Order: sequence, then structure tokens, then C-alpha cells
Amino acid sequence: MNTETIAPREYQIYSGDDLRTNVLEISMGPQHPSTHGVFRMDVSLDGETVVKLKPVFGYLHRNHEKIAETTSYLGSMPYTDRLDYFCSMTNNWAYALAVEKMAGLAVPERAEYIRVIMAELTRLQNHASLVGFLTNDLGASGTPLLYAIREREHILDLFEWASGARMMCNYMRFGGVRNDLPSGWLAQCKKVVDDFPAFMDEFETLLTGNEIILSRCQNVGVLPRDLAINASITGPCLRASGVDYDIRKVDKYGVYDRFDFKVPLGSVGDCYDRFMIRLLEMRESVKILKQALATIPEGPVNDSKARNFRPKPAEAYGRIEGPKGELGFYLVSDGTPKPHRYHVRPPSFINLTVLEDMCLGQKIADAVIILGSIDIVLGEVDR
Amino acid sequence: MTLLPTNTSFAADEGLRSELQKAGVFVVSLEWVYNWGRKSSIWPLGFGIACCAIEMICTAASRFDLSRFGAEVFRPSPRQADLMIVAGTVTKKMAPQVIRLYNQMPEPKYVIAMGACAISGGPFKQGYNVLKGVDRFIPVDVHIPGCPPRPEALLHALMTLQRKIENQRTLGSDARRTNPAYRGENRECPIPEFGEHDLVPPYNPEVWKPHTIVREA
Repeated sequence: MNTETIAPREYQIYSGDDLRTNVLEISMGPQHPSTHGVFRMDVSLDGETVVKLKPVFGYLHRNHEKIAETTSYLGSMPYTDRLDYFCSMTNNWAYALAVEKMAGLAVPERAEYIRVIMAELTRLQNHASLVGFLTNDLGASGTPLLYAIREREHILDLFEWASGARMMCNYMRFGGVRNDLPSGWLAQCKKVVDDFPAFMDEFETLLTGNEIILSRCQNVGVLPRDLAINASITGPCLRASGVDYDIRKVDKYGVYDRFDFKVPLGSVGDCYDRFMIRLLEMRESVKILKQALATIPEGPVNDSKARNFRPKPAEAYGRIEGPKGELGFYLVSDGTPKPHRYHVRPPSFINLTVLEDMCLGQKIADAVIILGSIDIVLGEVDR
Repeated sequence: MTLLPTNTSFAADEGLRSELQKAGVFVVSLEWVYNWGRKSSIWPLGFGIACCAIEMICTAASRFDLSRFGAEVFRPSPRQADLMIVAGTVTKKMAPQVIRLYNQMPEPKYVIAMGACAISGGPFKQGYNVLKGVDRFIPVDVHIPGCPPRPEALLHALMTLQRKIENQRTLGSDARRTNPAYRGENRECPIPEFGEHDLVPPYNPEVWKPHTIVREA
């Protein structure tokens, strides 16, 4: 064979510097597999790069606040379940906290412990599913999600056992919880909590060092610390940007001051930090759960005076550290059995406001991951 | 599952058929085989709206395992889907999109209304922005009550739909009469738009009519 014919050739690589493209507007959603519900992004693209992004929502506006203003205080409790439908327990707690603040109700100690246990279980299953959905957006076509949902089912079984419903628990009441835990529940919960770190280890072995996750998440969608504070971002997104702000530590609501746990912080504020903060928070939640299960006291779980109450004209804002951020309820009472004004401060809605800032200059495929790493639930965004 | 279609008068000698079955030969109609294939590979549209979508995902996950029924292939595109599971509250802003997706699906197509909201508006029925049931605009095959329905309920709805498909005629003159997919008529549902006060048209008269209250004189 003639050696000349198989020598490497010179190729001209087209740099594309003089290539001019038109800006292309794409409407992603509301039916799109990666928009986590009925969310729409109006994206303007230059080539593949995002130059403008406008979130469009309201496709799931279910008039939660208006319905709450036409019903009694207790009547809104089941509706709070459907706000952020992953975390009905924490929604219940935030609403109960606001009403308790306004009406000056005390919560028995056992009920406080039950609330902490339920809230941390909620955080575990929310973060596990979020990481599953995020990897789904990365193209890991469902496999990590299946592991996460397998673990979530154990926690949902506990919820169902205690409250009667898998997702829409409607478990908390003003001045406590609806009913005491069934016998054997705490032992089963202990088992689930003890088994959880094994799942975490498995998950982390699979994911944290994964080359695809590293290259697609690191330095993608950086949220600077100042912007995070100015845009009132809360929850894991804020802590991923390195701000030490956890309402469980700041407010010490409930009995959180009795537990020893740490607040994991990120340093860069990119998607990888937001992903890792979730994994680390799950470890801390397991720590809290172990302490709470070991020290839960006996006693009543409800304040019997709290039924059919009519608060004096007052206003109150109750907030908790939900799995997605600061979930707050602002209530104004005019002395009637119905709230005069009922407002929800939804964490995922406010965290969504920085979506454009994080996506500008990124590729369209990265915008999907950035959206996934914020952790939105449309029931809460649109209410 | 019956081996033979129940709605056909299938003339075959019972004794001969059982003899053949012992030898591994099954005498069935072509329609039965066709429907068996259709009902065992229903591809749903991967389209979640609200809370019920999470239960839909749980149904597809390993514990409840929708793939036992051949329906685990969630397609993101309506062009490749046979079944639309309306999983959640359909608001008036979302209704045109839901109906457009339904129109984009190829025939034969089926709809499961999952949960109280999709059936009737559910707990949010009094809301000004909530559609009082998706069956006002598109034909619904199976309704599942619940808020949200358990994964078992969704599985049951799927089995109910399978039974429905199993008994649908696809051949002969009966097919045109009983199976809307074979009628050849335009099954496009009108897409509502926001009018002065509400969605226009307020419902699709082909699939839903408001109740007329008959009062005695």
C-alpha cells in the first residue's frame, strides 16, 4: 500500500466566529417532561445559548388563598396538603404554626416531637425524590429515581399508618396533631431511619463522583451569594450559595433547639452544590430523627381547647424551614371564624425568580438542570 | 381475560377446541389477537398536571410496577401515545393545552381521568379558575375517584380500560357502530378560549351536556 494515501490530512475547522444566527424563541412547556409539572419557559436562544428566559406560570392556579378566605381556619388544613404535594406534613405545620401564633395556643411536648419527626421524614423523602428527578433531567432515564422512590415508599407507609393517607396527610391540628401515633409506629420508624443511611451510601456511591454529574453540574447555573440574599432565596438554594441561614436554627421553632445538627453550606452556588446540599441535609435529618425518636416523651398530643375557636382580630406570620425553603403563612383575622386575609409565602415560587439570572449564557440543556436543581413544585408556585 | 371475545358468536366445536388446546393450538379470532396486542401495550402520555402525577410516577416505579400491565412506556410526545392520564387539576388556563394534546394523539386513543379534580374539580371546584371536570371537553373512558387515588386505583383503572379495549370491535360493520375510532368522523375536540367571562365554548356538546332539571308542574 502506498503510504502517502493513509497519511493524516489537513482539515480546516470552521471556527464559526463570523456565523450570525437569529435569536430563536422556544416555548418549553407546559407539557414537557422536564419542567416538573405544568410550567412554561419562554426561552430565547442564540444558537444553543440562552439569551433570555421568561418563566410563565399560572397553569395550576387553583385559588388556594381565595378558597381559604371563604372557609374556617381548620377547613384550610387539607388544602395546605395540596400546596407542595411532596411535603404535606411541613405545609400543615407551617399553617398550624401561624394559627397557633395568632390564637396563642400551646402545643404539648409529645406533639412537638411528632411534628419534628414528621417534618424530617418529609425532608428525607423530598430530597431523595428531588435528586432522583434531577438525575432524570440529566438523562439518567429513571434509574436513580427508582431507587429514591423505593425509599420514599417506606416513608409514605409511615405517613399512611399515622395519618391514613400516603400523600395528603392532613395530620396536624392547631395545638398539636390529630391523633397519637399508633402502637408499633415508632419502632417501625426507627427501623426505616436506621436503614436510610445504607440507601444514602448507595446513592452517593452511584452519584456524587459520577463523571456526567460532575461535568454537567459543576459551575453550571451559579447563583452568587449577594443575588441569593437580595432575591430572598431560601432553603437549600440559599445555603448552596454559602449563606448560613436555616430557620430551624434561626427561629428555633418547635423543639429544634434540643437537637444537635449541622447546617451544610456550599461554596460555589452551582447545581452541584445544590445537589450535594440535599444529600448532606438528608444525613443531618437522619441525625435529628435518631435523637427525636430516642427522646420522644409520653403525654397528650393535642390541645383540646383548640377546637372551634374564634381568634381575636390579629395578624400573624408563621414560618418554618420546609424542604424547599422558608414556607410562611400570613394570616389576618377580623374576629370571625374565617380568615380575613390568607397569604402563603411559597419557597419554590420565590426561588424561581432567579431562574433567568442563573440560566443566562448557559446552554438550553443546562437550563433544564438548573430548573431541576431549584426544586419547584407547581402546586406551590401557582397555588 | 377470556380467550375468546365475548361479544362474538364464534362458531367452533367446543370439543375440538379443547383437543387442539392440549396440543398447544389455540383457535381465536384475529380480532382477539389484535385487541390483546393493543391492550397489552398501552403507551401513556407522560403528562402530569398536579398531585396525582406523583402517584402516577409511584405507580410506574418499582413497587407498583405499571410495566406488569405493559403500560410503562411513558411517551413525552402525544403523537406516540395511546392513553392520556389526566393526572391533576385542569385549570381554565391549562384546559386548551390538555385538549390540544388530546387532539394530537393518534386514534385509537383513550383517556383516564385520575383523581377528584380531573373528574369534577374536586376540592377546588369552587375556584374561579378550575375546570369542573375534564369530561366536559374530551371523552373520558375511565374515571378514578380519590384525592389522590392510590396507585392500586390507577392499576385498577388501567385494567378496566384493558377490559374495554378487549371488547371493542375492530372488524366488520359492528366496529363502525361501537368503536368511535373506526367511524372515520372527525374526533377533534374544539379547543376553548377565554371569552368575556369564561371559556368559550363552555363545554363540548358532543361529550357532555348540562343536566336539565325536570320540575313537576
